[in-house]
Amino acid sequence: MADLVEKVLREAAEKESKFKTIEVEKEIDVIIDEGNLLVCDTNPIDFKLQKKNREDYLKDLSRDNTQILINRIWQLPTHREDEVVVAELPDVKTPIPREKPVPKKRKMTKWEEYARMKGINKKKKGRMVYDEQSKEYKPRWGYKRANDDTKDWLIEVPQNADPFEDQFEKRKKKKQERTSKNELQRLRNIARSQKTKVPGVGLTPTIAPSKDHLGKFTESLPKEKPSKFTGKKRKFEPNYGDVKKENTKQLDILNNVLNKTPILDITQAVNTHVKDEDRTRSKKQKTDKKGGKGNNSSQLESVFTYEDMDTLQDPKKSIAPAISNIKISEERMVKLLKNITTRKANGPYRISCKILKETANEIAPYTSSVYLIKN
Amino acid sequence: MRPLTEEETKIFFEKLSKYIGENIKLLLDRPDGTYCFRLHKDRVFYVREEIMKLAGNIARKNLISMGTCFGKFTGSQKFKLHITALDFIAPYAKFKVWVKPSAEQQFVYGHHVMKSGLGRITENTPQYQGVIVYSMNDLPLGFGVAAKTTQECRRADPMAIVSFHQSDIGEYIRSEEKLL
Repeated sequence: MADLVEKVLREAAEKESKFKTIEVEKEIDVIIDEGNLLVCDTNPIDFKLQKKNREDYLKDLSRDNTQILINRIWQLPTHREDEVVVAELPDVKTPIPREKPVPKKRKMTKWEEYARMKGINKKKKGRMVYDEQSKEYKPRWGYKRANDDTKDWLIEVPQNADPFEDQFEKRKKKKQERTSKNELQRLRNIARSQKTKVPGVGLTPTIAPSKDHLGKFTESLPKEKPSKFTGKKRKFEPNYGDVKKENTKQLDILNNVLNKTPILDITQAVNTHVKDEDRTRSKKQKTDKKGGKGNNSSQLESVFTYEDMDTLQDPKKSIAPAISNIKISEERMVKLLKNITTRKANGPYRISCKILKETANEIAPYTSSVYLIKN
Repeated sequence: MRPLTEEETKIFFEKLSKYIGENIKLLLDRPDGTYCFRLHKDRVFYVREEIMKLAGNIARKNLISMGTCFGKFTGSQKFKLHITALDFIAPYAKFKVWVKPSAEQQFVYGHHVMKSGLGRITENTPQYQGVIVYSMNDLPLGFGVAAKTTQECRRADPMAIVSFHQSDIGEYIRSEEKLL
């Protein structure tokens, strides 16, 4: 029996000698932050021991401190969760710096700025509102809301309002305007905070025109170019219209064409200058009487002419001058007829030359008058 | 047959004014009747109004010509003057070139006018100016473009081109089928 007791005691002593005690003594109490499972030991380090065996010293030190932490954890309130004992950690005491920088504070919207300047405070409104009709509380906004004006089956036409105006449509449009205004203000606030351009109030570009009318009625953008393919047919002026009017129109076009040409012709100006120089040089040569060979241009001088542009030829008139009235006297006719050579062939009227010659005196008055009639 | 559009009129007048300048006015505004320009099968015709109205009765397919053909619009919408227009251009011409009798045949066969064949030339002719080519006895032979200014012509060597050939009266025979 005594053997057995001894044996047990010895085994216990052996076991105890293997494991260190859970009680740890410290000169200065360590600071424990249970929330972060953090122990901060402020005791001075024993340099002698540390120099002797550094690794062992640090190992002992950390074991002791861990022991203190675990002891403290066991003192915390615990509860069972899925057959596991769990300690409830209190709030953290040591603040730990965050990884990322703190995000910048959102810039105030225009309204918020205004409200702060004016000292307007936001007032919390209740979610539920009393509905007069159903005599019960209903949500202020959304599905099955109180005092819902979109569900009205009848709207009274206000005094001095146009009786043919659709009041339902008007209400709907007003609502749309309010939402779009709010959207614009939202975008403006974003643009202001990011210091980008404030979106314009103008039309937003339509991505695809409606299929019904091929975008025929969509309003054009401010700087949109007119389409090349309008499907318009070419249309010409009428063929038998007012020709006079047409001519005046063409004269206008002509004036435009002619006005385009520069008034000062540089090549011509240079040419006249060169020509003047040539003239003075040739004159000098003549006075000096030195020019043995002479300039080639002086020989050809007669070749170059000035055109008289004032008197223009009429295109209807031929280049040769027209014959004026022909007058043939009887005596000359007689002389002509008497001089006909009889050996030759007849004229186009097949009258024998001999007869003409013989009867010259008789037919002279008539033949001369034929020419007169012709003229 | 139809009147010229504004764009066509502009192109046409620009070409015509190279030869006769502001004298186009005299073609439009004539004391002896109203004349007009009409486009038919890409060709521009200069017609008296009455004749144009009569020509309107003829089917488009059958109408070949009326009045005077001044030229035609090419595929790329440029205007090409035809020799038939010479009768109306020659009297109003601002710049003229006379060719010697020896060079007349060469020009009428479709060659450029050389310095050796140059009889006379209007003073102060700028380069690339439209010119009318005359024989020495003042018979209009065709038209061309001045290759050199009058000043340059004086110093040019005999084989140098003075005026580029554009159209000549030989075309009435050479390219009869192309004129209309």
